[in-house]
Amino acid sequence: MALELALLFGGLFLVLIVASVVTDYIAPRIDAETLANLRDRLRAWWAMIGILAVAFLLGRAGLIILFAFCSFAVLREFFTLVDRTRADHYALFGSFALALPIQYAAIWIEWYGFYSIYIPVYAFLLAPVLSVLRGQTEGFLARVSQVQWGLMIAVFCISHVPALLSLDIPGFEGRQILLVAFLLLVVQSSDVLQYVWGKTLGRTKLAPQVSPSKTWEGLIGGVLSASVIGALLHGLTPFGPVAAFGMAFLAAIMGAFGGLVLSAIKRDRGVKDWGHGIAGHGGFLDRLDGVAFAAPVFFHLTRYAWTP
Amino acid sequence: MRAAVKRLAARFFEGAIVTFARFVCAPRVMLDEPLDAGPSRVFIANHGSNADTILIWAALPPEMRRSLRPVAAADYWLTSRFRAFIGRDVFRILPVERDPEARTGDPIADMASALEAGHSLILFPEGRRNPGPERLLPFKTGIYHLSQARPGTEFVPIWIDNLNGVLPRGELVPVPLICTLRFGAALVLERDEDKAAFLARAEAAVLALAPDAPAEDTPQEVAHGA
Repeated sequence: MALELALLFGGLFLVLIVASVVTDYIAPRIDAETLANLRDRLRAWWAMIGILAVAFLLGRAGLIILFAFCSFAVLREFFTLVDRTRADHYALFGSFALALPIQYAAIWIEWYGFYSIYIPVYAFLLAPVLSVLRGQTEGFLARVSQVQWGLMIAVFCISHVPALLSLDIPGFEGRQILLVAFLLLVVQSSDVLQYVWGKTLGRTKLAPQVSPSKTWEGLIGGVLSASVIGALLHGLTPFGPVAAFGMAFLAAIMGAFGGLVLSAIKRDRGVKDWGHGIAGHGGFLDRLDGVAFAAPVFFHLTRYAWTP
Repeated sequence: MRAAVKRLAARFFEGAIVTFARFVCAPRVMLDEPLDAGPSRVFIANHGSNADTILIWAALPPEMRRSLRPVAAADYWLTSRFRAFIGRDVFRILPVERDPEARTGDPIADMASALEAGHSLILFPEGRRNPGPERLLPFKTGIYHLSQARPGTEFVPIWIDNLNGVLPRGELVPVPLICTLRFGAALVLERDEDKAAFLARAEAAVLALAPDAPAEDTPQEVAHGA
């Protein structure tokens, strides 16, 4: 397992080195603004992959803490943009102070029966109670729905990345961390490859009102090439090459839908990015939108088909 | 020895407060004009929350924070030993007596001499916390008198957004939300500008930075480790 991780991160750093060299090579031919953004993005990728490498090195604890922090940052970004009033103060506070730590504690102790329903059942019901006790009914449904959405995306969905560590797959014991690497790699490379395919071959707009730069060519090219990467990396997983292609396809397509749905929310709120935490990329949710949509589906399908 | 311990404790509290403020508020600093270490100046901001000073103080880069002196009420900060330590040694406040009847010193003269000594100040010209719903209360005359006492003083307007959501008035616990601090272009009292005109100009300069004010162009953003 250590060997696979070393090879994987070695490969990723190699890709970053190549990307940095290529950026320097094409620098004279692109405009200053695009270049600055490209360099920001690359620098952020170095940092993100560096942090991930440290988290993987620390193992289970490192990954759970890292994703708990990601959930926190995403929840903060999400709640910054929702319609809220004074009456929602405790619902918001409880999301940070109770829902998030309880969900990650359940992941930590691998209590599947709890972490898979805690947010959709208990937090779902308790959050509007905290708001209703303050008595303000104006925009009530919209306000509580937005809190619930924030909890689902930021806490529930993202926590399913480290939840993969608790899957007991026969013949795959002690190697679940590789499944996390597989999921993240497929979703993120699909995102980058959609951008590359879209820039080079993109013609037909996918949803011009939501995201003017996304095209069908980018979507199909990106998702399929990420699926091929997934098939090639089947050694990291309990899946065979064909199943790895299928699982990667599922993760990549869910990731693409996640990007689209969360773009629609941004557009509705009148912002371009979720935040400013990651230079060149925007906020944490701009980087994790696909992961949030892919993780629970990937988790449950893996659990359904590969655990006894 | 005691002084060294005190300095060390002050650095510790500074680090803890900055870390906490950045953790909760993830302050985003937007600059309409580059903000260099530059001359000493007066930051003037809208005042909606008790934590406004802390947020500005924590959001600025350390080298600017070190020369900063928030103007704050002596009757609040200098009452207990711990508060006085936090006020004097950590925030390095410039204490002013709020009650004009009781005060002995001259706050405007104190501010002018702090500026002469190379410090920058944080002032809330509304004079008190704005309970809403108006966006901005009419400015007090202090900034005009300071301009007269020290001609050429630069006032840098700031709009603090969202801190009220983090800790609405009367709530006990903060909710982490992203706060934005937008810094505008500095303004200076012009030679034949009268009090009303200067105060109106300063109010307009602060209000123009509010998020739903008509924007002229997108401000540049500074990255800093949050």
